[in-house]
Amino acid sequence: MLLPHKVAVVGFQGDVSEHVTMLKRTFRKLEIDGEVVQARRAEDLSNASGIILPGGESTTIYKLTKQFGLYDEIRRLAMSGIPVMGTCAGLILISRETNDDRVKGMGLLDIEIERNAYGRQIDSFIEYIDIIGIGMFPAVFIRAPVISNPGAAKVMAKRKTEVVMVRQDNIIGLTFHPELTDDTRIHEYFISIVEGERYISTGR
Amino acid sequence: MSVDMSKLRFGDELVKRGFAKMTKGGVIMDVTNADQARIAESAGAVAVMALERVPADIRAAGGVARMADPEKIKEILHAVSIPVMAKVRIGHLSEGYVLEALGVDMLDESEVLTPADPYFHLYKKEYKVPVVCGARTLPEAVRRIFEGAAMIRTKGEAGTGNIVEAVRHIRMVSDGIAVLKQMGQEDLKRAATQISSSYVKLRRGVSQDLLGDENYLSGFEAYYGLSIEKIETEIMKVLREVKRLGRLPVVNFAAGGVATPADGALMMKLGSDGVFVGSGIFKSKDPEKMARAVVEAVENYEDYKLIGDVSSGLSGMQGLDIEHMPEEMKIQGRGW
Repeated sequence: MLLPHKVAVVGFQGDVSEHVTMLKRTFRKLEIDGEVVQARRAEDLSNASGIILPGGESTTIYKLTKQFGLYDEIRRLAMSGIPVMGTCAGLILISRETNDDRVKGMGLLDIEIERNAYGRQIDSFIEYIDIIGIGMFPAVFIRAPVISNPGAAKVMAKRKTEVVMVRQDNIIGLTFHPELTDDTRIHEYFISIVEGERYISTGR
Repeated sequence: MSVDMSKLRFGDELVKRGFAKMTKGGVIMDVTNADQARIAESAGAVAVMALERVPADIRAAGGVARMADPEKIKEILHAVSIPVMAKVRIGHLSEGYVLEALGVDMLDESEVLTPADPYFHLYKKEYKVPVVCGARTLPEAVRRIFEGAAMIRTKGEAGTGNIVEAVRHIRMVSDGIAVLKQMGQEDLKRAATQISSSYVKLRRGVSQDLLGDENYLSGFEAYYGLSIEKIETEIMKVLREVKRLGRLPVVNFAAGGVATPADGALMMKLGSDGVFVGSGIFKSKDPEKMARAVVEAVENYEDYKLIGDVSSGLSGMQGLDIEHMPEEMKIQGRGW
C-alpha cells in the first residue's frame, strides 16, 4: 500500500499558507490522499515526500532554516531524491550561487541568481509566460530574482530573455509566485514528480 | 484571487497584496539610519521602516511630524537588500507620491505622523506601491481596504512600549469579524451604510454651514470621484469578502507597543500575521540582541522555552502607562 503523501512547506516566514492552500487544492483535484505540514524544525521533515520553500524574505528564511537545522536537512533529503520546489526566495535558497553574502545557497540547482533583478516593488508585475509541458501561465513577479545562469538545470520557462523557471532532476525552481494565483498547474506538476519519486522508493 | 490580464500589469492589487503576503510571519523594524537598517537586516527583519525618529522620540519631541527627509530614506534604501517602507502623513497624497518616486517598497499611512487631511485618507488604489494602514476596529479596517490598503496593522499606542492598545485593537477587529459572520443581508447593508458615513463628514459640515441643516448629501463626488452610493456598494463588497473568508482579505500585522519578544509572540498568538516593532528595538539597551530575540520569538511564537531563552537578560524599553494618559497625548485617535 502507498502511504499518503506528506508534503512539507518550510513554515517560518513568507506566503506559507498560500502554498498550503494550493497543495490541498491540488490533492483534492488529483484525488490524491495527501497531508500538508508546516515545517519549522528538522524533525517536521521526517517522512516528507516533497518539500516546498515559499516566497518571503530570503535573508530571513535563510537565517532561520540554518538556525533550526532545516537547511542541512532539506539539502540531505533533496540529495537523496526527495522532490523540492522553491518559489522566489525559496529558489534563491536552493541555488548554487546567490551572488549575495547574506544568503548562501544549498546548491540543489546548478544555477546563478541575480537578486531583485527587476528593481524595487514598484517594478513588480504580472505577465503570462509559456512553460514547457504546462503552457501559458499567469506569473506574478514580486521583487523577483532572475536566473542569470541556468548551469546544468533545464530551462522550463523564460520571460523575454530571462530564465524564470528551471528543473534539475527532482528539483524545481521558479522566480515567480504560482501560489498567489488560482492556477494549480505548477503544484500539480510538482506533485506528479512527488508521485514518480515515491513510486520508485516504494519499489513498485 | 483570480488573475484578470486586462488589468494593469504593474501596481495590480494582486501584486500589491502579494508583496504584503511575502512579509507574513515576519518582523518589520523602525530604523533611523543605515547602521540600524543593517542591524535589523542581519537580525532577520523582513523589512525596515525608514524614519527620522522612532515613535517614542516623536512623542517626546511634539510638534508636527512629517515624512522623513528623502536623504535619510535614500541612505536606508542603499544600505539593505530587504524591502524598505516609509511613513506618509494621513491623507498627504503628495508625500505619498514623493515616497513612491524615491523607490520605497511600501508606504505606511501612519497616525504616528501628524495627519495632513482632516477628512480623507489616501486613495491607495492610485498608488503603484502597496500601502499599509492602521486600524483600531473592523469598520476602520474595512474603510482602509476599500481605499486600497494592501495590508492592515493595529494602531496600538505607538512609542509607549505598552502592548495593551495593540491587544485591544486586534480583539476589536477579530470580534467585529465574528459578529459579521453572524450577520444576515439586512444587517450587512446597515453596517455598510454606517461604515460609509464618515465619507460625507465634509459635506455634512459644509451643508450645516450654508443652510443650517444637512442637505445635498447624495449624488455628489464624496471621495476621489466616487459617490456615497458607490462607496456603500464597494464597502459592501469588502464586508462580504471578510464574511466569506472569516478574516481580513489582506495581511494583518500588529503594531504600536510591541517592546519584548513575548509581546511579539502574544500578538501572533492572537492572530496577527506578523509584527511591526517601532521604538522597542532601538530604545532597548542591546538593540542587536533585542532584534534577534523578537524575530525568533515571532517565528516560533508557541515555543515558550525558546522565548524564555531569547528573552533572558534583555532589558526592554521604559514603558508608558496609557490608562491615565490624557486623550490628547494618544496617537491612536488620529484617523477614523
